Amino acid sequence: MSGVRVLVGTHKGAFVMTSDAKRKQWDISGPHFTGWEVYHVKGSPADPNRLYASQNTGWFGQVVQRSNDGGKTWQAMEGKFAYEGEPGTHKWYDGSSRPFEFKRIWHLEPSLTDPDTVYAGAEDAALFRSTDGGQTWGELPALRQHSTAPNWAPGAGGMCLHTIILDPKRKDRMFVAISAAGAFRSDDAGKSWQPINQGLRSEGIPDPNAEVGHCVHRIAMNPSRPDTLFMQKHWDVMRTDDAGDTWREVSGNLPSDFGFPIDIHPHEPETIYVVPIKSDSEHIPPDGKLRVYRSRTGGNEWEPLTNGLPQSNCYVNILRDAMALDSLDSPGIYFGTTGGQVYASADAGDSWNPIVRDLPAVLSVEVQTLA
Amino acid sequence: MIRVVLPPHLRNLAQVKGEVELEVLGQATPQTVLDALEARYPVLRGTIRDQTTRERRALVRFFACEQDLSLDPPDRPLPEAVAAGKEPFLIIGAMAGG
Repeated sequence: MSGVRVLVGTHKGAFVMTSDAKRKQWDISGPHFTGWEVYHVKGSPADPNRLYASQNTGWFGQVVQRSNDGGKTWQAMEGKFAYEGEPGTHKWYDGSSRPFEFKRIWHLEPSLTDPDTVYAGAEDAALFRSTDGGQTWGELPALRQHSTAPNWAPGAGGMCLHTIILDPKRKDRMFVAISAAGAFRSDDAGKSWQPINQGLRSEGIPDPNAEVGHCVHRIAMNPSRPDTLFMQKHWDVMRTDDAGDTWREVSGNLPSDFGFPIDIHPHEPETIYVVPIKSDSEHIPPDGKLRVYRSRTGGNEWEPLTNGLPQSNCYVNILRDAMALDSLDSPGIYFGTTGGQVYASADAGDSWNPIVRDLPAVLSVEVQTLA
Repeated sequence: MIRVVLPPHLRNLAQVKGEVELEVLGQATPQTVLDALEARYPVLRGTIRDQTTRERRALVRFFACEQDLSLDPPDRPLPEAVAAGKEPFLIIGAMAGG
């Protein structure tokens, strides 16, 4: 019987939520790794029982956990994250240069084909890879050593590599995004990178059209169309149809084009979802109404999805990795809030219900569709 | 035999309950105790001291015999009572809060 497994990372641990295909009744386990910040939990597409989790605290640093049984039990991995060679420098908030310093793993992206291969996006921005199930990690240093890296600067949340997308058709192509450097593409499995920010315009940087320096919040791809990417930038929702060579804005009639997550319908590659947030200085939903916006036209024309979501006095935020879609025939959408709610829709966003209301602040939400 | 008390998060991570007892080769110092601890529980590598620099993480402290040993050189011998197993070597997560 098919079902789903929702993987939730929070400020105080991880939670695993399972349901059958109806997605009405939920079994919730956790907290796992209680008291630790869990930035991300994600399952392997090649083996759904293989999960990886990133746990961190300011006291004890970074740990990667691995599960081989769908989150029932976990094993802490021993591998360390170390920059290869000289760490180099990046810009600090005051314009000075500061050495790259490892702080945490924001995002784990398992290989599409090998359960033991997993990529990790770090703060300060760097890309790591393990090919032994997380036991050991090596940096793919070409990204951090890119000629533009000395001019990268952190966003307000730190200089994090938060998005990793593996191209399902070109095995050596991958995309990453860094706040606030921008988006990058590799066509040779990480040996070299090129910035792909042409068309992005950011008024908050000295040159609004700069090659790097854009605060990209999230990028999404539908695997059936790997050359089409959608981006939630700090401000602006963007689209490319040439694998990032050029971008155009598709914010259209959104009430605010600031936000964090963006995702795509699994069966309709022109149907996309965002959660508008009022502004970068407030980080709350416009008008106190929590609304997911859906475009069925690949952007520009958006409709609010509100049925079941609070439409008054709601002032939570939805962070960049905190929305995901399953791939059942009627796809489910899931997102978590900084207020600790995890909402689910089993009808592509037409109606919503909370799976749970009172978790710690939600940092990430992923979902696995189970056979 | 050196007795080591871990903070709760690290006891959970290492899957131990109560104190840890370690055989330390040579003189008991913070460095040799941590070397022995990490050899017994590799998952603790990086959680108490940086894996690359080997420096104590900023919010981890070392106490023993009612003394704060955190700023001592890592190769300074621990108090005799710790070396003799009469007193534990305490690894503390620094207190923080509002």
